[in-house]
Amino acid sequence: MTLVLHRIDDRLIHGQVVVGWGQPLDIRFIILVDDEVAASEWEQELYRMGVPPEMDVYFLSVNKAISELPRYRADARHGILLTGDIDTMRRLVDAGGITSINLGGIHHRTGRTQRLRYVFLNGDEETALREIATLGVAISAQDVPGARPIPLDDILAGVAS
Amino acid sequence: MSDRAPDENAKPRAIVAGHGDFAQGLVSAVDVITGRGHQLIPVAVPGLCAEDIEKLIRERMQESGVKVIFTDLQAGSCTMAARRILRGADDAVLIAGVNLPTLLDFVFADRMPAIDAARHSAERGRVAITVVGAAGGVKQA
Repeated sequence: MTLVLHRIDDRLIHGQVVVGWGQPLDIRFIILVDDEVAASEWEQELYRMGVPPEMDVYFLSVNKAISELPRYRADARHGILLTGDIDTMRRLVDAGGITSINLGGIHHRTGRTQRLRYVFLNGDEETALREIATLGVAISAQDVPGARPIPLDDILAGVAS
Repeated sequence: MSDRAPDENAKPRAIVAGHGDFAQGLVSAVDVITGRGHQLIPVAVPGLCAEDIEKLIRERMQESGVKVIFTDLQAGSCTMAARRILRGADDAVLIAGVNLPTLLDFVFADRMPAIDAARHSAERGRVAITVVGAAGGVKQA
């Protein structure tokens, strides 16, 4: 499997993804799974301009991602799978093949409670993450490679800082 | 900000936005060097989602009336937000990858329309990067 990171980040493609993770992991492609972006040429061009020329970006709807992920996993290059929300990642987990999830950025929004500097969750989102974890998926928060990964249990127990 | 009194007629002419304290740091440096930091509005976006970054920058533009945005990184969230704001707008400009020489040129080009000054300063900033040492001599990057 050459998808080296499965990340939930509501900023989608941005500096931490392209540079922070992209350079040390030698990332050569990003699979951005988002129904809205997959339906918008303008949104795709916006994100495409944010990546260096040696990095490919593939924009997939959730349904298309479910059918095409096996092909991307067979790619010899290193890649990142990126979603902007927990629900989208949950649907991909249900389709199989994902054993770990990186919480990279779920930022403040009305109804969410701050868990980490870069992780805010509402009750439904916490429940969804617990359910994903019961499927055997390792979930941790880590915004950049140099940061300490914080396991989901610690995040939800409030012992992480 | 400088303790020198700014020109009463001087208004902000651009927003500077980026990661961490990048914007505040650059604006501080501009002010230390020129006393013209008041021309620039630093915007930091810690802990904000993409929508809130866009909202914040849009609010700063509306409050100040500025039509120029400088950001730090092509792939950065502020750049993405600025590009959304400028979508379809032909009276505003974004300069991504800003550096200190760019902003120094911009604040001194205050007789030019801000958008023209921004374009001019981007070119000055681009050629201001030099490499000194190992390869011998001084080279522009």
